[in-house]
Amino acid sequence: MAHFITSPAPHAHSGDSVRRNMLLVILALMPAYVVSVMEFGWGALITAAISVCACVLTEWVISRFLLKEQKQTIGDLSAVLTGLLLAFNLPSGIDWWIVLIGAVVAIGVGKMTFGGLGQNPFNPALVGRVFLLISFPAQMTTWPVAKGFETAYLDAETGATPLYYLKHIMKSGDTSFVDQLPALKDAFFGVMGGSLGEVSAAALILGGLILICCRVITWHIPVSIIATVALFSWIATPAGMEPQTFVGYELLTGGLMLGAFFMATDYVTSPMSAWGKIIFGIGIGFIMMVIRTWGNYPEGMSFAILIMNACVPLLNKIRPQRFGEKRK
Amino acid sequence: MKTFNIGGVHPHDNKQFSAHQPITECPLPKQAIIPLVQHIGAPAQAVVKEGDKVKVGELLAKAGGFVSANICSPVSGTVTKIGDWTDAWGAPGQAVYIDVQGDEWLPEIDRTPDLIRSCTLEPKAIIDKISAAGIVGLGGACFPTHVKLMPPPGKKAEVLIVNGVECEPYLTCDHQLMLEHGEEIIIGIEILKRALGVDRAIIGIENNKKDAIEHMEKLAHTKLGISVQPLKLKYPQGGEKQLIDACIGRQVPSGALPIEVGAVVDNVATIYAVYEAVQKNKPLISRVMTVTGKQVAKPGNYMVRFGTPVDEVIALAGGVPAGTGKIIGGGPMMGRAMDHTEGMPANKRLSGLLFLPEAESIRPEEDNCIRCGKCVQACPMGLEPYLLQRLSELEMWDECEKHDVMDCIDCGCCVFTCPAHRRLLDGIRPAKAKVGAILRERAAAQAAEKK
Repeated sequence: MAHFITSPAPHAHSGDSVRRNMLLVILALMPAYVVSVMEFGWGALITAAISVCACVLTEWVISRFLLKEQKQTIGDLSAVLTGLLLAFNLPSGIDWWIVLIGAVVAIGVGKMTFGGLGQNPFNPALVGRVFLLISFPAQMTTWPVAKGFETAYLDAETGATPLYYLKHIMKSGDTSFVDQLPALKDAFFGVMGGSLGEVSAAALILGGLILICCRVITWHIPVSIIATVALFSWIATPAGMEPQTFVGYELLTGGLMLGAFFMATDYVTSPMSAWGKIIFGIGIGFIMMVIRTWGNYPEGMSFAILIMNACVPLLNKIRPQRFGEKRK
Repeated sequence: MKTFNIGGVHPHDNKQFSAHQPITECPLPKQAIIPLVQHIGAPAQAVVKEGDKVKVGELLAKAGGFVSANICSPVSGTVTKIGDWTDAWGAPGQAVYIDVQGDEWLPEIDRTPDLIRSCTLEPKAIIDKISAAGIVGLGGACFPTHVKLMPPPGKKAEVLIVNGVECEPYLTCDHQLMLEHGEEIIIGIEILKRALGVDRAIIGIENNKKDAIEHMEKLAHTKLGISVQPLKLKYPQGGEKQLIDACIGRQVPSGALPIEVGAVVDNVATIYAVYEAVQKNKPLISRVMTVTGKQVAKPGNYMVRFGTPVDEVIALAGGVPAGTGKIIGGGPMMGRAMDHTEGMPANKRLSGLLFLPEAESIRPEEDNCIRCGKCVQACPMGLEPYLLQRLSELEMWDECEKHDVMDCIDCGCCVFTCPAHRRLLDGIRPAKAKVGAILRERAAAQAAEKK
């Protein structure tokens, strides 16, 4: 009697995989990365290369020698993505060994301690970034000036970011700094100082739209973050500035777009249900604006995401709308 | 174009292999094996004994309870054995074995192809005929049809929803039936409208069967109260609750039956059987089966008498293709993979046979859950499959109940969509069984307390 393979239904699969999702996010980051390389030159290339290699290596070493796992997980590309995102959150001219420390902390502390992919409560790249921000505040806030492809890596010209000026305007009410801000158009396309991958809102939005169209992420988190920030900054516009200009700068500068489309939407550390995602996004937007407005740091995206990451188990208590619950 | 509101997935429909293949009569077997469980509910009780001569249409086994169904003989010949039988999945049961002799039918059965349009029977008489004919839902669930036609006291049907969706990939039997026997289906709908006392019937058909939509629209055009509702392609639209939502925008509440929102749903194949039973006195003794797969030599739609060994149906389609890994009874989303085909007969439950090549038969290894929430997005019942599977693993049955595990309709959307290839249903199914048992125990205890 011929026997055939049996297994419970369903016998069909969408063809989706962890690797495909990670790969799509990496590809969606490429437009922003191209802008970075054009703005910051070698610094962008070297920092990202060190970060990605160090993240992958850290994951491999920990799972091979510490956990003694049979199955290696670096093939799922999640470590590559973490490395790339970490690099996107660093100034392009930062010392190589700082990148290395960031990568080891991101993967080692942020991800593998909890049991690897899917188990970590906090976004690993942000764990690495915030660790560096607290440990090396000077180096982490020395921003190379964007001035076209730069061949120097460490000795590039540096300057303040637009958020620094915005903070100053908000605190002192001195609107003379408005002249120091880049034109909104430049802020949109990324001709300004800032972390390696965060400068070009245009490229990041393009990447985000790719992810939404490929159904890798949903609109809920980015839209709720952006809407909250827009509303908050409209209300909190300092005297002497047009609200739409101020809202424009708050949206287009700093880590907002990178965070909204790529960091906050990290599967593992964001809520499951649509309403959970919306509240998560509102929380991030709100906390970030509180830090930007009243905090000591000019930028609060990383902290906002990490704080909301901690709320995810709670937000996952929000049930999706059950069939038959509301309408009859 | 309408569709249901929550979740759903888009598997490739793969209907091209057997679509538009005319329904072909499958030859009679030498021996017929007729299982006594071909429906949901109590097994039927055999009323024949060894050595009895039976004709086609004669009662072999009568319904074993309110929710049960008669089984009539699909062949003529001699009953040789009534005894133990095991299905292709290893489940034990009873079956009637008949040595086939000739093809002699009961005289009251009208075997002419003439259409009989008028039906003046009282609702009660129609339901009795349907019950006597042993008709069950041929869409997959095999719920006895006459039970659906008798709403509990206080409930009133308002609309008959006709399921022509056939959302399972690969299967084309309902599609072909609508194309070839559309008129009979329309008459069947009028009979059911009469039996239920409703003045409205909606035929739901998915948009990948445009010719069936056009054909049925043309036929329904002159009939008062029958309309065709084209539906956007989305699985599991053929699920009863999803189809009601898609057609009339009402959601059946958790744990309730469609009659709660005034709907009764019947599949087109079931309605064709109703036509034959009421107008032609022909009980349910055969059905259309799709035999298909990427490597099947002659995929097609076959009219098969129940009891015919599936091996004979497979032979008609050119035999088991080389490199077959799985043979699935039904479609790829909810069908069951057979261990073997020997001794397995065609029956009311089997809507098709699907052959999957080896490469598509082995489930890939599971990865860690990446908490992407795609299962939550895909679930058409608005459940959280990732959570239910985890709770089931931890045997937290009360939590499973609180998270509405009993609402799961087994459609497989969550597993289909999971990028980490998590076998979510492998955990959710046992949880449903366990919670179901707990609920029954609780109900029994409460009933005892009242006494």
